[in-house]
Amino acid sequence: MIEGLAALYILMLAGFVGYEVISRVPVILHTPLMSGSNFVHGIVVVGAMVALGQAETFGEQLIGFIAVVLGAGNAVGGYVVTERMLEMFKSSDKRKEKE
Amino acid sequence: MSALIETSYFATAVLFILGLKRMSHPTTARSGVIWAGVGMALATLVTFLHPEIRGQYGLMLLAILIGGGVAWWSAKRVAMTDMPQMIAIYNGMGGGAAGGIAAVELMRVAGDPSLVESHGHLALWLGVLGALIGSVAFSGSVIAWAKLDGRMKKAVRFANQQQVTLAILAAAVLLGIWVALATPGAFVLFLFFLLALAFGVMVALPIGGADMPVVISLFNALTGLAVAMEGFVLDNAAMIIAGTVVGAAGSLLTVLMAKAMNRSLFNILFKQFGPASDETT
Repeated sequence: MIEGLAALYILMLAGFVGYEVISRVPVILHTPLMSGSNFVHGIVVVGAMVALGQAETFGEQLIGFIAVVLGAGNAVGGYVVTERMLEMFKSSDKRKEKE
Repeated sequence: MSALIETSYFATAVLFILGLKRMSHPTTARSGVIWAGVGMALATLVTFLHPEIRGQYGLMLLAILIGGGVAWWSAKRVAMTDMPQMIAIYNGMGGGAAGGIAAVELMRVAGDPSLVESHGHLALWLGVLGALIGSVAFSGSVIAWAKLDGRMKKAVRFANQQQVTLAILAAAVLLGIWVALATPGAFVLFLFFLLALAFGVMVALPIGGADMPVVISLFNALTGLAVAMEGFVLDNAAMIIAGTVVGAAGSLLTVLMAKAMNRSLFNILFKQFGPASDETT
C-alpha cells in the first residue's frame, strides 16, 4: 500500500506538520500539549489490535493481548488526563496556573 | 484494505492534526482534545473490521476494556498535582504497546521466514528499530513515573555509569541487527528486548525530579517514533502519520521545555547537575 518514496514523503510532511503545528505554543500549554500528543500516539492501540488479530501461537496471543491492554491504557488515560488539564482553560482566562 | 477503513484512518489523521493545532492555543485547547478523541474512537471502531484480523475479537474487546477501564479509573481519581507522572505512565504504556506489536510481528517472522518477503526488508529493519525505541520509552517512562510518584526517592548514580549505559545500548543495537538479519527465535528476541528495556532504565535513573518533565516529553516523542515505525510494519497510515507528527511535535516541545527551564537538553541528559543533584548529597 505505502511504498518506498511515498512513505518517505509521508514521513517528511508529517514531520513538518508536527513541527509547525506547535511552533508558537505558549509556555502555559507545554504540559497539556505534552499530554495531548501523548494521547495522539495512543493510536498504537489500533496496531496492537491488528497484531493480536494476526497472532497464532499462545505466546504471540499473550504478547498481543498485553499490547492491546497497554495501547488502550495509553489512549484512554491520555485522553482523560488531557481533558482534565484543559478543563482549567474552560473560561479562557489565562490567570489560572497550570499544574 | 476496504475503502471504509482507509477513509476512516484518513479522517483520523486529519482530526489528530487539527486537534493538536487547536490544543496549542489557550482558547481552543479544550475542543482540540475532543476532536482528537473523535478520531481515536473512529479508528478503534473500524479496526474491528480490519481484513487482516483473523479472530480473537473477544480477547481484543476484553483487553480494551481492561486497559481502558484501569486507565480511566486511575486518570479520574488522580490529583491535579500528580498529572506529570500519569502522563509518564500512559506514555510508557504506548511505548510498551509498540514494543509488543514488534514482538508479535518478529515472532511471526521467526516462525515463517517467508513473511519477510511479503513485508519487505525495510519494514523488518524499521520494526526492530521501533521495538528498540518503544522498549526504551516504556522502561524509561516507568522509572520516570516511579520517581515523580515518590516511589524512588533518589537519583541513582554510580561509577562509570555512562560507560555501562553505552555498553548496554551497544549490545542492544548489535542484537537488534542480528534480529533483523537472521530473524532468530524467541531466546534472542527476549535478550534483545531485555537489553532495550535495561537501556531505558539506565537513561532515566540518573535524572532528578526537577528535570523529569523534559525527559518525559523526550520519551513521549520517542514513543511517537516507535508508533510510526510499527505503522510501517503493519502498513497502517494512521499510525505512521500520528506517530511522526507526535515524534516531531514532541521533539520540538522537549527543546522548548528545556529552554523554558534555562537548560539545554544535552545538559539534562548527560551533565546531571542542577537542583536534582542535591538529592544525592
